[in-house]
Amino acid sequence: MGAPFRVEHATWSSRIGLALFTVLVLALVAAPYWADRQQLRLLAEIFSYIVLASLWNLLAGYAGLVSVGQQAYVGLGAYVLFALTILAGMHPLIAIPLAGLAGAVIAVPVALLMFRLRGHYFAIGTWVVAEVFRLLASQISALGGGSGTSLPVSVVISIAPGRQMREFVIYWLALTLVFAVLALIALLLRSRYGLALTAIRDNEPAARATGINVRRIKFAVYVVVALGTAMVGALIFLQKLRVSPNTAFSVNDWTAFVIFITVIGGIGRIEGPIIGTIIFFVLRQSFADLGSIYLLMLGAVAIAVMLIAPKGVWGFFADRFGWQMFPLARHVVPLGPSNMAQAELQS
Amino acid sequence: MDWVNIILQGVLIGGLYAMFAAGLSLIFGVMRLVNIAHGDLIVLAAYLALVVTDAFGLNPLASLIIVVPLMAIIGYALQRLVLNRTLGADLLPPLLVTFGLSIIIQNALLEIFTADSRKLQAGSIEIDSIQLGHGLAIGTLPLIQFIVAVALIAGLQVLFYRTAFGRALRATSDDPEIARVVGTDNRHVFALAMALSLAVVAIAGVFLAVRANFDPASGPARLIFGFEAVIIGGLGSLWGTLAGGVILGVAQAIGAQINPGWQVLAGHIAFLAVLALRPEGLFPKVQ
Repeated sequence: MGAPFRVEHATWSSRIGLALFTVLVLALVAAPYWADRQQLRLLAEIFSYIVLASLWNLLAGYAGLVSVGQQAYVGLGAYVLFALTILAGMHPLIAIPLAGLAGAVIAVPVALLMFRLRGHYFAIGTWVVAEVFRLLASQISALGGGSGTSLPVSVVISIAPGRQMREFVIYWLALTLVFAVLALIALLLRSRYGLALTAIRDNEPAARATGINVRRIKFAVYVVVALGTAMVGALIFLQKLRVSPNTAFSVNDWTAFVIFITVIGGIGRIEGPIIGTIIFFVLRQSFADLGSIYLLMLGAVAIAVMLIAPKGVWGFFADRFGWQMFPLARHVVPLGPSNMAQAELQS
Repeated sequence: MDWVNIILQGVLIGGLYAMFAAGLSLIFGVMRLVNIAHGDLIVLAAYLALVVTDAFGLNPLASLIIVVPLMAIIGYALQRLVLNRTLGADLLPPLLVTFGLSIIIQNALLEIFTADSRKLQAGSIEIDSIQLGHGLAIGTLPLIQFIVAVALIAGLQVLFYRTAFGRALRATSDDPEIARVVGTDNRHVFALAMALSLAVVAIAGVFLAVRANFDPASGPARLIFGFEAVIIGGLGSLWGTLAGGVILGVAQAIGAQINPGWQVLAGHIAFLAVLALRPEGLFPKVQ
């Protein structure tokens, strides 16, 4: 005999969302057949930002760990990839997961140290770590020191002999990564850890009072996010074919943009980073020629969103219309006698 | 004798770092806000000093008469119009808003002044030095800078613990609700605290501009140095902040002596070592 209710995740909007999503996935997998080179590169870049922003959202939006130093792991991933392929002769596709692993391993001592800083000071502490990584990377003379290095031709052709196929492979890798990360985050949020994370997001002291080990969950999230971020970093610089300390550990490219994307899209919701990335790229394609004025605008928009609609674009609509793209929310459905038998069959 | 000299120069630079840190620490103490744009505001003050010295043909140190009140007004307005609206239980809004502000200041400066690095000329005072014998010499300017830093910390200490305004600051820091109950206008007190912080920032900015080259992108590094000085010294202790700045300056000077590429890195390592061994800082405020 079960309880006289069951918990549903899906709503009508999340069912429509999933259906549209399936169509989108098929179209994106087939993109090399309908998109040209430039569009493919742009799509891969969009995917990288969706992954970076989704991971940052998990970190800051759910676990309350506001890091402005995630460029540490982007750069670390990139440098591990270049080191493993150039110095150890490893195949780049094997080096990418290893770069992620390196990110996770390094994240453990970093987290132990940074978790000693509370609240806002944690944010600047993570920035210091990223600076340390950048300065150390510029001391590695085997990888070009401060001016960086390029991937040698032998490594590049080991991905695929022809340039076109190489671009397809990198595109599909980015696509795989974006879906893997989104699926993992969705599964995580549906699990009991997700419930704990959502509780931490909404009210940390209350979450702690209900017996959630907040510190352990935050630690786990920090390490997992580092793993993912380092893998994206490796992939981004595999596409660029060139790495330098200033580009790999850029606070603007890998943290400022990512924060704007998440804030504008809607922090603390899985859809936020996706919507934010789309808005960001629309803005960039239209106004990037303005240079520093464009960045200035971006900063102003982020501040305005934070002051006027702190839940971002997606939060604004989701709260009004109950929209969700992914079946994550929990709805308690009371059961009549006939429903009850069905529920028991299902469980 | 070389090492004595290196450490001495490090100590003097530490005064500048303590100035970066004092404004940061003040804001954190009063309203638990870490201003990510702090470094960019220091650089903004440096550019304001540049404009003022160009326009009036003043000595950079004399430009303080205009730059300090100007920055204080900017601080008051910033807090009243923007930052007060972000304060609350949630840590995220103030952090993200000051982060956005940092990007705005950097790009506005870039747009107006280009990416060229600039420096203020203070005349012969820059190269004057005081001979201490045994081949040791102290530059007049670094010495003035250090004395100003010490005076600034002492002044803030007096302000905090000896005046009615300091009492209001400490009261809102300890318990904003109760402070309001007894008639303190928290929004006004916070805005005054930010004004005070940016007045300190203005002094730091002018000394930075006289001592070294600066450009629109030099803000974040100043924020990080100030932050490191705060954490090394211990939260909530003004004199600790001065000590933190000095330790950071000495660490950087020693690092630079070993290898020029290690100057900044050595400072970061000193910070991480303090965090690992004594996370409450070296001279924490006794509760």
